[in-house]
Amino acid sequence: MNRHLISAADLSREDALRVLDTADELARISDRPIKKLPTLRGRTVVNLFFEDSTRTRISFEAAAKRLSADVINFSAKGSSVAKGESLKDTALTLEAMGADAVVIRHNASGAPHRLAEWVHGSVINAGDGAHEHPTQALLDAFTIRRRFGRSSGSGAGQGGALDGLRVTIVGDILHSRVARSNVLLLHTLGAEVLLIAPPTLLPVAVDTWPCSIDYDLDAALPKSDVVMMLRVQQERMNAAYFPSVREYSRRYGLDSDRMAQLPERAIVMHPGPMNRGVEIAAGVADSPRSTVVEQVANGVSVRMAVLYLLLGGAEEGQ
Amino acid sequence: MAHAQPASEGPGAGGDVTAHPPSRDGKIVLERAEISRALTRIAHEIIERTRGAQQVILLGIPTRGVPLAARLAAGIQQVEGLPVPHGSLDITMYRDDLRLRPARALGRTQVPPDGIDGKIVVLVDDVLYSGRTVRAALDALNDLGRPRAVQLAVLVDRGHRELPIRPDYVGKNLPTAHHEIVRVLLTEVDGEDAVLLGAAGDATGMPR
Repeated sequence: MNRHLISAADLSREDALRVLDTADELARISDRPIKKLPTLRGRTVVNLFFEDSTRTRISFEAAAKRLSADVINFSAKGSSVAKGESLKDTALTLEAMGADAVVIRHNASGAPHRLAEWVHGSVINAGDGAHEHPTQALLDAFTIRRRFGRSSGSGAGQGGALDGLRVTIVGDILHSRVARSNVLLLHTLGAEVLLIAPPTLLPVAVDTWPCSIDYDLDAALPKSDVVMMLRVQQERMNAAYFPSVREYSRRYGLDSDRMAQLPERAIVMHPGPMNRGVEIAAGVADSPRSTVVEQVANGVSVRMAVLYLLLGGAEEGQ
Repeated sequence: MAHAQPASEGPGAGGDVTAHPPSRDGKIVLERAEISRALTRIAHEIIERTRGAQQVILLGIPTRGVPLAARLAAGIQQVEGLPVPHGSLDITMYRDDLRLRPARALGRTQVPPDGIDGKIVVLVDDVLYSGRTVRAALDALNDLGRPRAVQLAVLVDRGHRELPIRPDYVGKNLPTAHHEIVRVLLTEVDGEDAVLLGAAGDATGMPR
């Protein structure tokens, strides 16, 4: 594995399966009375969040703490960033504090990539602009693998990939870093990915992505094993991408009638936070097919696996 | 990653899940029948020392401690007629040499559903060498509960302890030099039963 995790494209199929297998074992410790491992004792993980986040930041914090790392939380609000400090100067400050890993969320695409040039520790991308969110893709893949019974089974060893599964990602692809990371990772793991969105919410050059594209949700549902609903990111929309929220919801929202068109064992995913009643109906979000809560729980195990694999061993070249 | 050794021959080795078919180079020091006799004897010793093995849980350390624990459990059951809970205890996250090598794959920890509180836990491993694996196992146990006692069973004790640790049950004491490699092959993992003693620098080579 690379020293950093910046894009889902950094992960080979072998790397990705390694993360998922490791997460399978780590998930088991959440059932124990003592949910802590001494592995990263004495190492420092900095959570550097330039953008609001609840679940990702808490999830990384919980993951680092369960591995006994020291966690420093740094949010742009109330820090010297609010006074105009540049990313580089912030990075140098962190470097001086001896951060072994920096988990960064930033509203600018490419910020983690720049940061990786300035710090010695590992950089983990926790979402950069509309670019990527690789740990979300990993936890989604982990959730799919578990629900379809392909995780590493009774004996220790390798679980399977996602070959042959059909994953449909629906909604605001344009503003979604989750979509891009998922397309890349799910393709690496052998799934067939289909994007469904209004043409206005598809990014430029989406035709170069390793997936197919369509505009008709109803036609896609009966052929889907997994439906991943994306949040309509109203905070990033400064232009009219669709006529009205209600029309979007009618054509691209997942309600109970649409859910009924899914094959029997299909699952419904959402990276959260959900706009209930817009892209997903409340009845669907709370149905047994929905994995929304599982995704959050799995996020901790997957991020533990990433931290362990990046920080747990020797540094390369030592 | 640099592939780790197939059996527990190095100090602090023995936690690797990736079971690579080891080469057959080296002198055979225990054959199939001898391994079987040693395990039968250990099973009897466990019964005797724990007064009937009523409270015993056998925990194997991956990779090769796990099938050994299962075999001992079967052996005890044959004599006493009662099933003995057995499982596995992965020690990877508790090792003291994690930062000397790239991050390794994890093994499986599987503890019987009743837990280990108040029980006599017998740790089972293939080779006892530096004692560092056992130290890590004691730390790992600590996070799982509070057993009444912890004992240690090994198929081969090759000496060269680096910590104050001693086994309670030994299949064979095998005097070795530091540079020699002890390899345990088990049918469940390697397709055959044998214990081999080889010199360093043969086909598999020491990873250090």
